[in-house]
Amino acid sequence: MADPFFSAANRRCFLIRTAGFAAVVGMSSALPLRATRATPQAMQQAIRKIVGEAALQHGKVMLDVPPLVENGNAVPLTVSVDSPMTEADHVKAIHIINEKNPQPQVISMTLGPRAGRASVSTRIKLADSQQIVALAEMSDGSFWSESADIVVTIAACVEDIL
Amino acid sequence: MARALINVPARAKRGEVIEIKTLISHPMESGYRVGTNGTPIPRDIITLFTCTYNGEEIFRAELSPAIAANPFIAFFTTATESGALAFHWSGDNGFSTTETAALTVE
Repeated sequence: MADPFFSAANRRCFLIRTAGFAAVVGMSSALPLRATRATPQAMQQAIRKIVGEAALQHGKVMLDVPPLVENGNAVPLTVSVDSPMTEADHVKAIHIINEKNPQPQVISMTLGPRAGRASVSTRIKLADSQQIVALAEMSDGSFWSESADIVVTIAACVEDIL
Repeated sequence: MARALINVPARAKRGEVIEIKTLISHPMESGYRVGTNGTPIPRDIITLFTCTYNGEEIFRAELSPAIAANPFIAFFTTATESGALAFHWSGDNGFSTTETAALTVE
């Protein structure tokens, strides 16, 4: 059937849809650069990657962070683990994971019985008010964790230079 | 050569637990920021820090972009014998710095 009106309408409809589809594809491919952000799911995945199949117990770890920080560019953080630090019973590693920075990993530290005291300090960046988790891996293969909520008034990491 | 500050007690008793504090000047550019002309600023961070005590590794840290600029890391170790503590930072764009500190154990 050669109805000129019908075919023209069809063509217009096709063009509009194609343009709309292209716009959606273009947006979704451009988004990851700007809106990258770890999610609570990404944090859980990161924790699972470290812990593996082992059970994650709560306690033993002390996470010392200020509850409210003005500037997320440098947040002091201290993690201490209740451990005798002997050859038989010591902390093998301490990991810090966050919830809303562009990527969940913050730092992974390896220590051993020679440390004498399982306590480490550093300064981290926080992109938003969020929860952070400290994980301690013991020499017997068990994992212990502690979390803390921090309110951040000026975010770090993703702000632009203007 | 990046400037590094290391705080290690000059002398300690045998078996004493000592605190070691390190600070190094580095921008720790996360790679998630955008510059004035709209182009992303490439990542430039320190990825690894290690501390060796008379050649034996006593502490290691794997850093991510979420570590603040001028990374500060403090940790503890047991003073076992007199010797040298070597600190090594390495990262993006071939960044590599080594510093040493002497420790006398009585």
